[in-house]
Amino acid sequence: MSGRDEALRLRNRRAAPLARVPVLDGDRFAETIADAVSGGDRIISLFGLVETPDTLRLVAVLGDDEQGQLRAISSLVSQQLPPLSRGCPQAARFEREIAEQCGAAVAGFQAPKPVRRHPPDHAPSGWPARPHDRDWFPFTSIAGEEVHEVAVGPVHAGVIEPGHFRFQAHGEEVLSLDIMLGYQHRGVERLLEALDRRRAVLVAESIAGDTVIAHTSAWCGAIEALARCQKSPRAQALRGIALELERLANHIGDLGTLAGDVAYQPAAAYFGRLRGECLNLLMLVSGNRYGRGLVRPGGVGFDVPAEMAAEIGLRVGQLREALPPVASLLLDAPSVQSRFEGTGVVSAELCGVHGFVGPVARSAGVLRDVRHDYPYGVYRFVQIPVASAWAGDVFARALVRWLEIQRSLEFVTEQLRALPRGECRVPCGALAPGELVVALEEGWRGEVVHVAVTDDAGRIRRHKVTDPSFRNWDAVALAMRGGQISDFPLCNKSFNLSYAGHDL
Amino acid sequence: MLDLFRTRLMQGTPTSEFPDRDVSLPARFRGRPTLSRDDTGAAIGAPARDLPSGLVRADSRALPVLDLGACLFSPEEATAAPGCQVAFSQDYRMATGTRNDLITPTGQVELARALNQQMRRVFGRSLRLRSVAAGSCSGCEAELVALNNVVFDMARFGIQFVASPRHADGIVITGAVSRNMRAALECTYAAIADPRLVIAVGACAISGGPFTGSPEVLNGVPDSIPVDLWVPGCPPHPLTTLDGLLRLLGRL
Repeated sequence: MSGRDEALRLRNRRAAPLARVPVLDGDRFAETIADAVSGGDRIISLFGLVETPDTLRLVAVLGDDEQGQLRAISSLVSQQLPPLSRGCPQAARFEREIAEQCGAAVAGFQAPKPVRRHPPDHAPSGWPARPHDRDWFPFTSIAGEEVHEVAVGPVHAGVIEPGHFRFQAHGEEVLSLDIMLGYQHRGVERLLEALDRRRAVLVAESIAGDTVIAHTSAWCGAIEALARCQKSPRAQALRGIALELERLANHIGDLGTLAGDVAYQPAAAYFGRLRGECLNLLMLVSGNRYGRGLVRPGGVGFDVPAEMAAEIGLRVGQLREALPPVASLLLDAPSVQSRFEGTGVVSAELCGVHGFVGPVARSAGVLRDVRHDYPYGVYRFVQIPVASAWAGDVFARALVRWLEIQRSLEFVTEQLRALPRGECRVPCGALAPGELVVALEEGWRGEVVHVAVTDDAGRIRRHKVTDPSFRNWDAVALAMRGGQISDFPLCNKSFNLSYAGHDL
Repeated sequence: MLDLFRTRLMQGTPTSEFPDRDVSLPARFRGRPTLSRDDTGAAIGAPARDLPSGLVRADSRALPVLDLGACLFSPEEATAAPGCQVAFSQDYRMATGTRNDLITPTGQVELARALNQQMRRVFGRSLRLRSVAAGSCSGCEAELVALNNVVFDMARFGIQFVASPRHADGIVITGAVSRNMRAALECTYAAIADPRLVIAVGACAISGGPFTGSPEVLNGVPDSIPVDLWVPGCPPHPLTTLDGLLRLLGRL
């Protein structure tokens, strides 16, 4: 029997006892992951959990997108990790993350490349503490006549988050790009584990400030599953509306900044204003332009009375009229097309190997969408068609955003017309002890993953967060290879990944 | 080309009427918090204990006061306890000139005062700012970016974000200041020529915000960088920031 068959089967937001997750020996654990991934599964989550003062329990959650089936396996390790990334590039970033968070050693590496550059904060207490240097980072270096290095950041030219990019270039051609992150590291996971629920929800809202709804919904999804709390259909519909408004605001904003990056000012200005209209809709409902205060355990903190639903419907209707001419202004302009097409290509094959998610994968023809693959809440009743393109370039990423904008507008209009009656929030009680839950949410950047594990007293023992940016930053580095340095701003903007979401 | 003109006409003039006319925000908007307290019954314990932030704290007489710098503007912070009631007003104006001005027994704050005449002569009609995010969630930066859109259009007041600290008259700091970003923040500040302004935007930069107490952050702008304008919010509404900047420049 393969390790995958032995694995504990899970569904999105259904908690199960941690004790039922099979414990495999290290090599078999690594093999099971590698085999499953080569068979088409994806690593949804892979993290370390302190088991005893000397042992760490590794937990892997594998996802079969076609069946909507999640599987969990685990393994106990003492100080040295099994060879997780051998034959499985998708595990590499998770392996580096575990090494950094838990202070574990990785076979074959003196020291693996840091992910966020912080001392271990999830290490078993009995493991020896090693000296830690926040400034150490092994950059790739390419030698050769006329090969030069370009370093950018952490403070960039615009109003952007901090990150350091280092190019090895030959003339204009980029040979390789190293991305050093961690400048936004705030210790989010520790806070989510240590703080009481009233404070933790505010931290969940601040994981990534442009993904408030998605992260808070995933966090609440985990808490609600552990508390066996059933949300009302009304709450589910309102969360769905908020999530799509968040997607609208960000996708519209992205089309605007993409236009700005190729100096196409009219579209940049109009999209910039229309983005604000979506934020203002969130403010109408929640009192905050990013939807803070809306998503709470047990449902939503603010109801939408009939007059407000009508008002939102009216304003969404105006957006549906205002957006298409602006979109065609941008996407039909030959000067824009010539800059967008063929720039920063990510192939479907790379998406498969590295497990890229969200619009990045969908624009390369890889149909991956939590709303479709692991439906939850309102998405069990209303299916949003998965938007896709095939070229995997900047144009495809813009096009997928535009398609998703149209579908989200339709969804919001439809939902507002027939909001289910009932309570918008129900009580959410104590958490079940000794359980594990996986909560997935399709944020506007892609799959947001929250995995929570409770201890014997029903307290949060581990809360693992994986923002889509964690998976997709490698896509930026790969898309730049062979491209031109001067295309970097445009290419980077077409991904628009979160530094805060990655750095936690 | 015709499409371009047609779309331009469709867009109209969306620029905000601020500051010439008052701008009204939706009823649920959570602006400057207010406190009504009963001075006889000093009930600091209950609300402070139940709040998810440091919004309510005790003054020297153990009476409750509000610290707008620690406010996260969450609905949970609006609480009622015997002798002490916290609510949110719809007033977006709350940027102050000193950290201490953010601490208030009623929620009323002394808004930022104009710079002295010499500084106003230098910066009053043209201010160039460098933004540095240091351990933020990027919410505040998103609202800073919004200041450049056609609605808020900060450039109409001669205020712009620039690409280099060498081109800047001041620095806008967002985020709780992570350990990993401290050096870069200090270098950026040092790279701006005197006289220079420092603007702390958002609960994180002022007090650490939701990340207060994490070993990975410094709970806001360190004392080594003196702040001229404190803008509370999580994140601050673009008008809160704009109002503060214009007051500082003596334009309001």
